Amino acid sequence: MLGTAEAMTDERPPLTEASRPVLPRYARLHYDKVRQRHVLLVPERVLVPDDTAIEILQLCDGKRTIGDIVDLLAAKYVADRDLIGGDVIVMLEDLRGRDFLVVVEGD
Amino acid sequence: MDDILRDDPMDTLRLLDSTAPITHVDFGIPAAVLAEMTHRCPLQCPYCSNPVELERSSAELTTEEWKKVMTELAELGVLQFHFSGGEPTVRKDIVELVRHARAVGLYTNLITSAVMLTEAKVKELADAGLDHAQVSFQGAESGVADRIAGFKDAHKKKLQAAKWLKDAGLPLTVNAVMHRQNLHQLPDIIEMAVSLGASRLEVANVQYYGWALKNRAALMPTVEQLDATTKLVEESRERLKGKLVIDYVIPDYYAERPKKCMGGWGRQFFNISPSGKVLPCHAAESITGLEFDSVRGNKSIAWIWQNSDAFQKYRGTGWMPEPCKSCDFREIDWGGCRCQAFALTGDAGNTDPACHLSPLHDKIFKLAQTEAATDVREFKYRNYANATPKGGEAN
Ligand code: SF4
Ligand code: SF4
Repeated sequence: MLGTAEAMTDERPPLTEASRPVLPRYARLHYDKVRQRHVLLVPERVLVPDDTAIEILQLCDGKRTIGDIVDLLAAKYVADRDLIGGDVIVMLEDLRGRDFLVVVEGD
Repeated sequence: MDDILRDDPMDTLRLLDSTAPITHVDFGIPAAVLAEMTHRCPLQCPYCSNPVELERSSAELTTEEWKKVMTELAELGVLQFHFSGGEPTVRKDIVELVRHARAVGLYTNLITSAVMLTEAKVKELADAGLDHAQVSFQGAESGVADRIAGFKDAHKKKLQAAKWLKDAGLPLTVNAVMHRQNLHQLPDIIEMAVSLGASRLEVANVQYYGWALKNRAALMPTVEQLDATTKLVEESRERLKGKLVIDYVIPDYYAERPKKCMGGWGRQFFNISPSGKVLPCHAAESITGLEFDSVRGNKSIAWIWQNSDAFQKYRGTGWMPEPCKSCDFREIDWGGCRCQAFALTGDAGNTDPACHLSPLHDKIFKLAQTEAATDVREFKYRNYANATPKGGEAN
Protein backbone atom coordinates (compact mmCIF):
# COMPACT_ATOMS: atom_id res chain seq x y z
CA MET A 1 0.00 0.00 0.00
CA LEU A 2 1.07 3.53 -0.60
CA GLY A 3 0.31 5.36 2.62
CA THR A 4 -2.00 8.30 2.90
CA ALA A 5 -2.11 10.86 0.18
CA GLU A 6 -2.23 14.39 1.45
CA ALA A 7 -5.53 16.18 1.39
CA MET A 8 -5.93 18.39 -1.65
CA THR A 9 -6.00 21.97 -0.60
CA ASP A 10 -5.20 25.18 -2.32
CA GLU A 11 -2.46 26.17 0.06
CA ARG A 12 -0.36 23.07 -0.13
CA PRO A 13 3.38 23.55 0.22
CA PRO A 14 5.36 23.45 -3.00
CA LEU A 15 7.00 20.20 -4.07
CA THR A 16 10.57 19.75 -2.93
CA GLU A 17 13.22 17.11 -3.49
CA ALA A 18 11.96 15.39 -0.34
CA SER A 19 8.40 14.95 -1.67
CA ARG A 20 7.29 11.46 -2.63
CA PRO A 21 4.97 11.83 -5.61
CA VAL A 22 2.55 9.22 -6.86
CA LEU A 23 -0.30 9.14 -9.32
CA PRO A 24 -3.70 8.98 -7.57
CA ARG A 25 -5.89 6.00 -8.35
CA TYR A 26 -7.84 7.94 -10.97
CA ALA A 27 -4.82 9.01 -13.05
CA ARG A 28 -3.45 5.98 -14.81
CA LEU A 29 -0.42 5.66 -17.00
CA HIS A 30 -1.45 3.23 -19.68
CA TYR A 31 0.39 1.80 -22.65
CA ASP A 32 -1.82 2.14 -25.68
CA LYS A 33 -0.94 -0.76 -27.95
CA VAL A 34 -2.91 0.55 -30.89
CA ARG A 35 -1.30 4.00 -30.99
CA GLN A 36 1.97 2.63 -29.60
CA ARG A 37 2.44 5.27 -26.95
CA HIS A 38 1.86 5.82 -23.28
CA VAL A 39 -1.14 7.89 -22.33
CA LEU A 40 -2.26 9.25 -19.01
CA LEU A 41 -5.91 8.41 -18.40
CA VAL A 42 -7.79 10.91 -16.23
CA PRO A 43 -11.49 11.74 -15.86
CA GLU A 44 -12.94 12.73 -19.23
CA ARG A 45 -9.52 13.26 -20.75
CA VAL A 46 -6.58 11.47 -22.22
CA LEU A 47 -3.26 13.24 -21.76
CA VAL A 48 -0.33 12.47 -23.99
CA PRO A 49 2.91 12.82 -22.04
CA ASP A 50 6.20 13.05 -23.93
CA ASP A 51 8.92 10.44 -23.44
CA THR A 52 10.62 12.28 -20.60
CA ALA A 53 7.40 12.83 -18.72
CA ILE A 54 6.57 9.16 -19.10
CA GLU A 55 9.92 8.18 -17.68
CA ILE A 56 9.42 10.47 -14.69
CA LEU A 57 5.89 9.25 -14.06
CA GLN A 58 7.05 5.65 -14.15
CA LEU A 59 9.44 6.47 -11.34
CA CYS A 60 6.74 8.08 -9.19
CA ASP A 61 5.85 5.15 -6.96
CA GLY A 62 5.14 6.97 -3.69
CA LYS A 63 8.38 5.60 -2.24
CA ARG A 64 11.06 7.43 -4.22
CA THR A 65 11.53 11.09 -3.40
CA ILE A 66 11.82 13.63 -6.18
CA GLY A 67 15.49 13.78 -5.22
CA ASP A 68 15.82 10.04 -5.89
CA ILE A 69 14.13 10.44 -9.25
CA VAL A 70 16.41 13.31 -10.24
CA ASP A 71 19.48 11.28 -9.21
CA LEU A 72 18.39 8.40 -11.39
CA LEU A 73 17.76 10.61 -14.40
CA ALA A 74 20.97 12.62 -13.94
CA ALA A 75 23.00 9.40 -13.81
CA LYS A 76 21.24 7.87 -16.76
CA TYR A 77 21.57 10.89 -19.04
CA VAL A 78 24.85 12.18 -17.61
CA ALA A 79 23.16 15.54 -17.36
CA ASP A 80 23.26 18.58 -15.11
CA ARG A 81 21.43 17.64 -11.93
CA ASP A 82 20.11 21.11 -11.12
CA LEU A 83 18.66 21.56 -14.55
CA ILE A 84 16.88 18.21 -14.46
CA GLY A 85 15.67 18.83 -10.92
CA GLY A 86 14.00 22.09 -11.89
CA ASP A 87 12.30 20.55 -14.89
CA VAL A 88 11.03 17.55 -12.98
CA ILE A 89 9.47 19.76 -10.33
CA VAL A 90 7.80 22.01 -12.89
CA MET A 91 6.29 19.04 -14.65
CA LEU A 92 5.04 17.40 -11.46
CA GLU A 93 3.66 20.67 -10.07
CA ASP A 94 1.70 21.14 -13.26
CA LEU A 95 0.12 17.71 -12.84
CA ARG A 96 -0.49 18.24 -9.14
CA GLY A 97 -2.17 21.56 -9.87
CA ARG A 98 -4.75 19.62 -11.83
CA ASP A 99 -5.07 16.99 -9.07
CA PHE A 100 -3.51 14.31 -11.26
CA LEU A 101 -0.61 13.83 -8.85
CA VAL A 102 -0.46 13.59 -5.08
CA VAL A 103 2.37 13.27 -2.58
CA VAL A 104 2.67 10.64 0.11
CA GLU A 105 3.24 11.94 3.63
CA GLY A 106 5.82 10.48 6.02
CA ASP A 107 8.34 7.77 5.20
CA MET B 1 12.94 18.90 -21.62
CA ASP B 2 10.83 22.02 -22.02
CA ASP B 3 7.71 20.68 -23.53
CA ILE B 4 7.29 18.21 -20.76
CA LEU B 5 3.65 17.37 -20.88
CA ARG B 6 1.64 17.85 -23.96
CA ASP B 7 -1.95 18.17 -22.99
CA ASP B 8 -3.93 17.07 -25.97
CA PRO B 9 -7.66 16.98 -26.28
CA MET B 10 -8.86 13.52 -27.13
CA ASP B 11 -9.26 14.59 -30.75
CA THR B 12 -5.63 14.06 -31.53
CA LEU B 13 -6.00 10.44 -30.62
CA ARG B 14 -8.67 9.95 -33.16
CA LEU B 15 -6.26 10.34 -36.03
CA LEU B 16 -8.69 12.12 -38.26
CA ASP B 17 -8.14 13.43 -41.70
CA SER B 18 -10.91 15.91 -42.27
CA THR B 19 -9.89 17.01 -45.74
CA ALA B 20 -9.83 13.72 -47.62
CA PRO B 21 -13.00 12.50 -49.33
CA ILE B 22 -15.11 10.78 -46.79
CA THR B 23 -15.35 7.30 -48.29
CA HIS B 24 -11.61 6.83 -48.25
CA VAL B 25 -10.91 7.98 -44.76
CA ASP B 26 -10.22 5.44 -42.10
CA PHE B 27 -11.77 6.93 -39.03
CA GLY B 28 -9.63 6.29 -36.00
CA ILE B 29 -11.62 4.64 -33.29
CA PRO B 30 -12.87 7.10 -30.68
CA ALA B 31 -10.89 7.30 -27.45
CA ALA B 32 -14.07 7.07 -25.39
CA VAL B 33 -17.29 5.12 -25.83
CA LEU B 34 -20.58 5.63 -24.06
CA ALA B 35 -22.44 2.46 -23.17
CA GLU B 36 -26.09 2.56 -22.24
CA MET B 37 -26.12 -0.51 -20.02
CA THR B 38 -29.91 -0.41 -19.66
CA HIS B 39 -32.83 1.92 -20.20
CA ARG B 40 -34.29 1.02 -16.82
CA CYS B 41 -34.11 3.89 -14.35
CA PRO B 42 -35.92 4.65 -11.12
CA LEU B 43 -35.95 8.35 -12.00
CA GLN B 44 -38.26 9.93 -14.55
CA CYS B 45 -36.48 13.08 -15.69
CA PRO B 46 -38.62 14.82 -18.28
CA TYR B 47 -35.53 15.84 -20.28
CA CYS B 48 -33.99 12.38 -20.42
CA SER B 49 -31.89 11.89 -23.52
CA ASN B 50 -32.92 8.27 -23.92
CA PRO B 51 -35.15 7.54 -26.91
CA VAL B 52 -38.92 7.70 -26.34
CA GLU B 53 -39.00 4.05 -27.36
CA LEU B 54 -37.28 2.61 -24.32
CA GLU B 55 -35.66 -0.81 -24.65
CA ARG B 56 -36.94 -3.50 -22.29
CA SER B 57 -34.66 -5.40 -19.94
CA SER B 58 -35.28 -8.64 -21.86
CA ALA B 59 -33.57 -7.07 -24.87
CA GLU B 60 -30.43 -6.02 -22.96
CA LEU B 61 -27.02 -7.47 -23.71
CA THR B 62 -26.06 -10.20 -21.26
CA THR B 63 -23.07 -10.02 -18.95
CA GLU B 64 -21.01 -12.11 -21.34
CA GLU B 65 -22.05 -10.01 -24.32
CA TRP B 66 -21.00 -6.78 -22.60
CA LYS B 67 -17.69 -8.34 -21.59
CA LYS B 68 -17.04 -9.35 -25.16
CA VAL B 69 -17.85 -5.82 -26.32
CA MET B 70 -15.44 -4.31 -23.78
CA THR B 71 -12.65 -6.65 -24.76
CA GLU B 72 -13.19 -5.84 -28.42
CA LEU B 73 -13.25 -2.09 -27.74
CA ALA B 74 -10.04 -2.23 -25.73
CA GLU B 75 -8.33 -4.14 -28.53
CA LEU B 76 -9.46 -1.53 -31.03
CA GLY B 77 -7.85 1.24 -29.01
CA VAL B 78 -10.80 2.65 -27.06
CA LEU B 79 -9.37 4.00 -23.80
CA GLN B 80 -12.34 5.12 -21.75
CA PHE B 81 -15.63 3.37 -21.16
CA HIS B 82 -18.60 5.30 -19.80
CA PHE B 83 -21.18 3.19 -17.97
CA SER B 84 -24.39 5.05 -18.66
CA GLY B 85 -28.07 4.32 -19.11
CA GLY B 86 -30.82 4.58 -17.94
CA GLU B 87 -29.36 3.84 -14.59
CA PRO B 88 -26.34 1.53 -14.96
CA THR B 89 -26.45 0.36 -11.34
CA VAL B 90 -29.85 -1.24 -12.00
CA ARG B 91 -27.87 -4.05 -13.58
CA LYS B 92 -26.98 -6.71 -11.07
CA ASP B 93 -23.71 -7.41 -12.85
CA ILE B 94 -22.45 -3.83 -12.74
CA VAL B 95 -19.55 -4.60 -10.37
CA GLU B 96 -18.49 -7.58 -12.43
CA LEU B 97 -18.62 -5.47 -15.60
CA VAL B 98 -16.54 -2.68 -14.07
CA ARG B 99 -14.00 -5.27 -13.00
CA HIS B 100 -13.86 -6.69 -16.50
CA ALA B 101 -13.50 -3.25 -18.09
CA ARG B 102 -10.53 -2.58 -15.84
CA ALA B 103 -9.03 -5.98 -16.51
CA VAL B 104 -8.94 -5.27 -20.24
CA GLY B 105 -7.35 -1.87 -19.56
CA LEU B 106 -10.29 0.51 -19.98
CA TYR B 107 -10.63 3.63 -17.86
CA THR B 108 -14.04 3.35 -16.23
CA ASN B 109 -16.54 6.12 -15.60
CA LEU B 110 -19.91 5.58 -13.95
CA ILE B 111 -22.63 8.02 -14.99
CA THR B 112 -25.29 7.56 -12.38
CA SER B 113 -28.36 9.07 -10.76
CA ALA B 114 -26.89 7.54 -7.58
CA VAL B 115 -30.22 6.85 -5.86
CA MET B 116 -29.65 3.10 -5.84
CA LEU B 117 -26.13 3.21 -4.47
CA THR B 118 -25.43 1.91 -0.98
CA GLU B 119 -22.22 2.36 0.94
CA ALA B 120 -21.41 -1.31 0.36
CA LYS B 121 -22.06 -1.03 -3.37
CA VAL B 122 -19.82 2.02 -3.66
CA LYS B 123 -17.05 0.12 -1.94
CA GLU B 124 -17.52 -2.88 -4.22
CA LEU B 125 -17.37 -0.64 -7.27
CA ALA B 126 -14.23 1.08 -6.02
CA ASP B 127 -12.62 -2.26 -5.24
CA ALA B 128 -13.53 -3.48 -8.72
CA GLY B 129 -11.45 -0.59 -10.04
CA LEU B 130 -13.94 2.13 -10.87
CA ASP B 131 -11.96 5.23 -11.86
CA HIS B 132 -14.45 8.10 -11.84
CA ALA B 133 -18.10 8.81 -11.06
CA GLN B 134 -20.53 11.36 -12.41
CA VAL B 135 -23.63 12.01 -10.35
CA SER B 136 -26.62 13.83 -11.80
CA PHE B 137 -28.51 16.40 -9.76
CA GLN B 138 -31.90 17.85 -10.70
CA GLY B 139 -31.76 20.92 -8.45
CA ALA B 140 -30.10 22.33 -5.35
CA GLU B 141 -32.65 21.10 -2.81
CA SER B 142 -35.29 18.38 -2.46
CA GLY B 143 -38.36 20.47 -3.28
CA VAL B 144 -37.39 21.27 -6.86
CA ALA B 145 -35.05 18.35 -7.44
CA ASP B 146 -37.37 15.53 -6.37
CA ARG B 147 -40.27 16.88 -8.37
CA ILE B 148 -38.16 17.02 -11.54
CA ALA B 149 -36.69 13.57 -10.92
CA GLY B 150 -40.15 12.19 -10.19
CA PHE B 151 -38.63 10.29 -7.27
CA LYS B 152 -39.14 10.79 -3.56
CA ASP B 153 -35.99 11.61 -1.56
CA ALA B 154 -33.85 11.44 -4.69
CA HIS B 155 -31.88 14.54 -3.73
CA LYS B 156 -31.10 13.36 -0.22
CA LYS B 157 -29.94 9.99 -1.54
CA LYS B 158 -27.70 11.66 -4.12
CA LEU B 159 -25.99 13.84 -1.53
CA GLN B 160 -25.30 10.80 0.60
CA ALA B 161 -24.02 8.72 -2.31
CA ALA B 162 -21.76 11.53 -3.50
CA LYS B 163 -20.10 11.51 -0.06
CA TRP B 164 -19.59 7.76 -0.18
CA LEU B 165 -18.01 8.05 -3.61
CA LYS B 166 -15.63 10.74 -2.41
CA ASP B 167 -14.81 8.73 0.72
CA ALA B 168 -13.92 5.80 -1.50
CA GLY B 169 -11.28 8.00 -3.11
CA LEU B 170 -13.11 8.52 -6.39
CA PRO B 171 -13.02 11.82 -8.22
CA LEU B 172 -16.50 13.22 -8.61
CA THR B 173 -18.23 15.12 -11.37
CA VAL B 174 -21.60 16.73 -10.70
CA ASN B 175 -23.92 16.81 -13.70
CA ALA B 176 -26.66 19.38 -13.63
CA VAL B 177 -29.15 19.55 -16.47
CA MET B 178 -30.68 23.01 -16.45
CA HIS B 179 -33.99 24.38 -17.72
CA ARG B 180 -36.59 27.00 -16.91
CA GLN B 181 -37.75 25.27 -13.74
CA ASN B 182 -34.38 24.93 -12.04
CA LEU B 183 -32.08 27.59 -13.50
CA HIS B 184 -32.73 29.86 -10.50
CA GLN B 185 -30.99 27.25 -8.33
CA LEU B 186 -27.75 27.24 -10.26
CA PRO B 187 -25.88 29.45 -7.75
CA ASP B 188 -26.68 26.91 -5.03
CA ILE B 189 -25.84 23.98 -7.29
CA ILE B 190 -22.40 25.46 -7.81
CA GLU B 191 -21.91 25.80 -4.03
CA MET B 192 -23.20 22.27 -3.58
CA ALA B 193 -20.64 20.92 -6.04
CA VAL B 194 -17.88 22.70 -4.14
CA SER B 195 -19.00 21.42 -0.77
CA LEU B 196 -19.31 17.86 -2.12
CA GLY B 197 -15.67 18.10 -3.17
CA ALA B 198 -16.47 17.61 -6.84
CA SER B 199 -13.62 18.38 -9.22
CA ARG B 200 -15.92 19.08 -12.15
CA LEU B 201 -19.38 20.49 -12.64
CA GLU B 202 -21.19 20.01 -15.90
CA VAL B 203 -23.85 22.63 -16.44
CA ALA B 204 -25.79 21.44 -19.46
CA ASN B 205 -28.84 23.17 -20.74
CA VAL B 206 -31.45 20.74 -22.00
CA GLN B 207 -31.14 19.70 -25.61
CA TYR B 208 -34.52 19.27 -27.22
CA TYR B 209 -35.10 15.88 -28.72
CA GLY B 210 -36.58 12.68 -27.32
CA TRP B 211 -38.24 13.21 -23.96
CA ALA B 212 -37.18 16.83 -23.75
CA LEU B 213 -39.03 17.59 -26.97
CA LYS B 214 -42.23 16.25 -25.43
CA ASN B 215 -41.61 18.56 -22.48
CA ARG B 216 -40.22 21.56 -24.29
CA ALA B 217 -42.90 24.02 -23.22
CA ALA B 218 -42.27 23.16 -19.56
CA LEU B 219 -38.48 23.33 -19.88
CA MET B 220 -37.53 26.09 -22.29
CA PRO B 221 -35.69 28.89 -20.49
CA THR B 222 -36.10 32.56 -21.33
CA VAL B 223 -33.39 34.58 -23.03
CA GLU B 224 -32.99 36.59 -19.82
CA GLN B 225 -32.48 33.44 -17.76
CA LEU B 226 -29.83 32.30 -20.17
CA ASP B 227 -27.94 35.54 -20.20
CA ALA B 228 -27.89 35.53 -16.41
CA THR B 229 -26.69 31.92 -16.42
CA THR B 230 -23.85 32.58 -18.82
CA LYS B 231 -22.73 35.48 -16.65
CA LEU B 232 -22.95 33.40 -13.48
CA VAL B 233 -20.95 30.55 -15.03
CA GLU B 234 -18.23 32.93 -16.17
CA GLU B 235 -17.96 34.60 -12.76
CA SER B 236 -17.95 31.27 -10.93
CA ARG B 237 -15.26 29.84 -13.20
CA GLU B 238 -13.04 32.75 -12.35
CA ARG B 239 -13.79 32.60 -8.64
CA LEU B 240 -13.32 28.83 -8.37
CA LYS B 241 -10.23 28.50 -10.51
CA GLY B 242 -8.10 25.59 -9.31
CA LYS B 243 -10.99 24.27 -7.24
CA LEU B 244 -13.80 23.39 -9.59
CA VAL B 245 -13.83 23.07 -13.36
CA ILE B 246 -17.16 24.14 -14.84
CA ASP B 247 -18.20 22.87 -18.25
CA TYR B 248 -21.09 24.70 -19.81
CA VAL B 249 -23.40 23.75 -22.67
CA ILE B 250 -25.75 26.48 -23.90
CA PRO B 251 -29.09 25.62 -25.48
CA ASP B 252 -28.68 26.28 -29.13
CA TYR B 253 -32.21 27.46 -29.89
CA TYR B 254 -30.89 30.82 -28.78
CA ALA B 255 -27.50 30.54 -30.44
CA GLU B 256 -26.31 32.01 -33.73
CA ARG B 257 -24.70 28.85 -34.92
CA PRO B 258 -25.44 25.27 -33.93
CA LYS B 259 -23.20 23.20 -31.72
CA LYS B 260 -20.68 20.83 -33.21
CA CYS B 261 -22.89 17.97 -32.20
CA MET B 262 -20.98 14.80 -31.21
CA GLY B 263 -17.88 16.42 -32.72
CA GLY B 264 -19.50 15.76 -36.10
CA TRP B 265 -21.58 12.73 -36.99
CA GLY B 266 -19.47 9.58 -37.01
CA ARG B 267 -16.22 11.41 -36.42
CA GLN B 268 -15.40 11.17 -32.74
CA PHE B 269 -18.13 9.36 -30.95
CA PHE B 270 -20.37 6.35 -30.86
CA ASN B 271 -22.50 4.77 -28.25
CA ILE B 272 -23.92 1.34 -27.68
CA SER B 273 -27.57 0.91 -26.78
CA PRO B 274 -28.76 -1.58 -24.12
CA SER B 275 -29.51 -4.17 -26.79
CA GLY B 276 -26.17 -3.63 -28.53
CA LYS B 277 -27.01 -1.24 -31.35
CA VAL B 278 -24.05 0.92 -32.33
CA LEU B 279 -25.29 4.49 -32.62
CA PRO B 280 -23.62 7.70 -33.86
CA CYS B 281 -25.37 9.63 -31.07
CA HIS B 282 -27.42 8.68 -28.02
CA ALA B 283 -30.49 10.24 -29.64
CA ALA B 284 -29.90 8.81 -33.12
CA GLU B 285 -32.76 6.36 -32.82
CA SER B 286 -35.15 9.31 -32.76
CA ILE B 287 -34.43 9.63 -36.48
CA THR B 288 -36.85 7.27 -38.17
CA GLY B 289 -35.64 5.41 -41.21
CA LEU B 290 -32.05 4.93 -40.09
CA GLU B 291 -30.93 1.32 -39.63
CA PHE B 292 -28.35 0.56 -36.98
CA ASP B 293 -26.02 -2.41 -36.88
CA SER B 294 -25.70 -4.34 -33.64
CA VAL B 295 -22.78 -5.89 -31.82
CA ARG B 296 -24.94 -9.03 -31.85
CA GLY B 297 -24.65 -9.34 -35.60
CA ASN B 298 -21.73 -10.87 -37.43
CA LYS B 299 -19.91 -7.59 -38.06
CA SER B 300 -17.07 -6.27 -35.95
CA ILE B 301 -17.48 -3.01 -34.08
CA ALA B 302 -14.63 -1.57 -36.15
CA TRP B 303 -16.47 -2.44 -39.36
CA ILE B 304 -19.69 -0.90 -38.08
CA TRP B 305 -17.88 2.29 -37.10
CA GLN B 306 -16.12 2.60 -40.43
CA ASN B 307 -18.73 1.41 -42.87
CA SER B 308 -22.26 1.03 -41.60
CA ASP B 309 -24.99 3.02 -43.36
CA ALA B 310 -26.06 4.96 -40.30
CA PHE B 311 -22.54 6.32 -39.79
CA GLN B 312 -21.86 6.96 -43.46
CA LYS B 313 -25.13 8.72 -44.14
CA TYR B 314 -24.28 12.03 -42.44
CA ARG B 315 -20.54 11.72 -42.10
CA GLY B 316 -18.42 14.51 -43.50
CA THR B 317 -19.89 17.12 -45.84
CA GLY B 318 -21.13 15.12 -48.83
CA TRP B 319 -24.69 14.83 -47.55
CA MET B 320 -25.06 18.56 -46.91
CA PRO B 321 -27.71 20.73 -48.53
CA GLU B 322 -27.43 24.50 -48.83
CA PRO B 323 -26.76 26.67 -46.87
CA CYS B 324 -24.24 24.29 -45.25
CA LYS B 325 -22.80 22.99 -48.51
CA SER B 326 -21.10 26.24 -49.44
CA CYS B 327 -20.62 27.58 -45.93
CA ASP B 328 -17.19 28.22 -44.43
CA PHE B 329 -18.27 26.65 -41.17
CA ARG B 330 -19.18 23.28 -42.64
CA GLU B 331 -16.11 21.56 -41.24
CA ILE B 332 -16.37 23.43 -37.95
CA ASP B 333 -19.88 22.61 -36.79
CA TRP B 334 -20.57 19.89 -39.40
CA GLY B 335 -24.05 21.31 -39.96
CA GLY B 336 -25.13 20.97 -36.33
CA CYS B 337 -27.26 18.26 -34.82
CA ARG B 338 -28.95 15.64 -37.04
CA CYS B 339 -31.41 14.65 -34.35
CA GLN B 340 -32.49 18.25 -33.86
CA ALA B 341 -32.78 18.77 -37.62
CA PHE B 342 -35.05 15.72 -37.75
CA ALA B 343 -37.09 16.74 -34.72
CA LEU B 344 -37.71 20.24 -36.04
CA THR B 345 -37.84 19.80 -39.81
CA GLY B 346 -38.78 16.15 -40.28
CA ASP B 347 -35.60 15.54 -42.29
CA ALA B 348 -32.31 14.73 -40.59
CA GLY B 349 -30.53 15.82 -43.77
CA ASN B 350 -31.46 19.47 -43.33
CA THR B 351 -29.38 22.24 -41.82
CA ASP B 352 -29.94 22.29 -38.06
CA PRO B 353 -32.52 25.06 -37.48
CA ALA B 354 -30.40 26.26 -34.57
CA CYS B 355 -28.29 27.90 -37.28
CA HIS B 356 -29.24 31.46 -38.14
CA LEU B 357 -28.78 30.60 -41.82
CA SER B 358 -31.45 27.92 -41.70
CA PRO B 359 -34.71 29.12 -43.27
CA LEU B 360 -36.45 27.81 -40.16
CA HIS B 361 -34.28 29.57 -37.61
CA ASP B 362 -36.55 32.54 -36.95
CA LYS B 363 -39.55 30.34 -36.51
CA ILE B 364 -37.68 28.17 -34.00
CA PHE B 365 -36.34 31.13 -32.12
CA LYS B 366 -39.82 32.64 -31.80
CA LEU B 367 -41.26 29.30 -30.79
CA ALA B 368 -38.67 29.01 -28.04
CA GLN B 369 -39.50 32.49 -26.80
CA THR B 370 -43.21 31.80 -26.86
CA GLU B 371 -42.81 28.54 -24.99
CA ALA B 372 -40.46 30.10 -22.47
CA ALA B 373 -43.11 32.71 -21.72
CA THR B 374 -45.79 30.12 -20.94
CA ASP B 375 -46.49 28.95 -17.43
CA VAL B 376 -46.63 25.26 -18.31
CA ARG B 377 -45.23 23.39 -15.33
CA GLU B 378 -46.45 19.80 -15.63
CA PHE B 379 -44.07 17.24 -17.02
CA LYS B 380 -44.63 14.25 -19.18
CA TYR B 381 -42.40 12.00 -17.10
CA ARG B 382 -39.95 9.60 -18.64
CA ASN B 383 -41.16 6.09 -17.85
CA TYR B 384 -42.29 2.95 -19.62
CA ALA B 385 -45.96 3.96 -19.40
CA ASN B 386 -45.32 7.21 -21.25
CA ALA B 387 -42.89 5.59 -23.68
CA THR B 388 -43.79 5.00 -27.30
CA PRO B 389 -44.37 1.30 -27.83
CA LYS B 390 -41.84 -0.34 -30.17
CA GLY B 391 -42.70 0.46 -33.75
CA GLY B 392 -45.30 3.01 -32.67
CA GLU B 393 -45.59 6.62 -33.72
CA ALA B 394 -44.06 9.40 -31.73
CA ASN B 395 -46.59 11.92 -30.50
S1 SF4 C 1 -31.91 11.53 -17.32
FE1 SF4 C 1 -33.02 10.97 -15.47
S2 SF4 C 1 -34.55 9.49 -16.21
FE2 SF4 C 1 -33.02 9.65 -17.84
S3 SF4 C 1 -31.58 8.01 -17.39
FE3 SF4 C 1 -30.79 9.86 -16.39
S4 SF4 C 1 -31.58 9.78 -14.29
FE4 SF4 C 1 -32.79 8.33 -15.51
S1 SF4 D 1 -25.00 26.90 -42.63
FE1 SF4 D 1 -24.51 24.86 -41.90
S2 SF4 D 1 -22.28 24.81 -41.82
FE2 SF4 D 1 -22.88 26.99 -41.96
S3 SF4 D 1 -22.97 27.70 -39.85
FE3 SF4 D 1 -25.03 27.00 -40.40
S4 SF4 D 1 -25.13 24.85 -39.76
FE4 SF4 D 1 -22.97 25.44 -39.77
